[in-house]
Amino acid sequence: MATGTEAGTATDTRPDTEQGTDVRAALPWVTLVWNDPINLMSYVTHVFQKLFGYDREKATKLMLDVHRRGRAVVSTGSREQMEHDVARLHAYGLWATLQQQ
Amino acid sequence: MTGVKRTRRGVVVSFDEVEASLLRHLVGEVRDLLADGEPLPPPAGGTAAVPTDAELSALTGLGTDIGTDFGDEADPLAPSDPALARLLPDAYRDDDRAAGEFRRLTESSLRRDKVSSAERLLAALPADGAGEVRLDPETTESWLATINDVRLALGTRLEVTEEMAEPDPEDPDAPAYVVYLWLTELQGVLIEVADG
Repeated sequence: MATGTEAGTATDTRPDTEQGTDVRAALPWVTLVWNDPINLMSYVTHVFQKLFGYDREKATKLMLDVHRRGRAVVSTGSREQMEHDVARLHAYGLWATLQQQ
Repeated sequence: MTGVKRTRRGVVVSFDEVEASLLRHLVGEVRDLLADGEPLPPPAGGTAAVPTDAELSALTGLGTDIGTDFGDEADPLAPSDPALARLLPDAYRDDDRAAGEFRRLTESSLRRDKVSSAERLLAALPADGAGEVRLDPETTESWLATINDVRLALGTRLEVTEEMAEPDPEDPDAPAYVVYLWLTELQGVLIEVADG
């Protein structure tokens, strides 16, 4: 449930792709959620708990960061993982983007 | 107000006839917006005693100008309808190329998931007016997401802000705003009961 940051660990035994390992892919990416006037604070907190397995305290803190600062980093990992997280957040209607840290 | 309570077998939502009809209409319109021209049957159910679709469309404004002019866009990938753009946002903020590529690869699946969730809600609504619907945890999530999609579409059209208060009765958008507030309350109670 929680988004890990397992990419590139020494114990990762999965074979590289035929194209070889792209070192840029190992740099961290982040998923951002942006403030908007429609999504309820309780809904945003609920979604963070459901999608990322965060406890209520952590989910509430992230939601308040979004609300007060206009955005918050909600997960960190590979580009592929962050694209997956953004897609799941869009399915719930949250305004999410990804970018390289 | 629509009743929501928690039971040992899940969350139970009870609708009166007008509420069920209103929700059916709104969810049907957002489904059509997301299905983008794919022919779909009209939502099942509804009775003569409640407002017609045309009357409800006039009330909420969601039924007009939806999905009509997407063929003439300069960039066919980005939705020009603000409500649709809010439902299917860019995944990259400062990289149009990456945003376009992500959209090309994922948008149809996002649309399908949202349409499927909307159709599950429509199928579960009481067919003949008032009634109760029992939601298991998975269905509750699906309902929350779909009701939120309706709020996003309606709220975008109404250009709601965080500071918005009670609607001015003289405002032509006041009836639609009342509907928006009803959906907000329904969603809020659903979350409270689901998380409680």
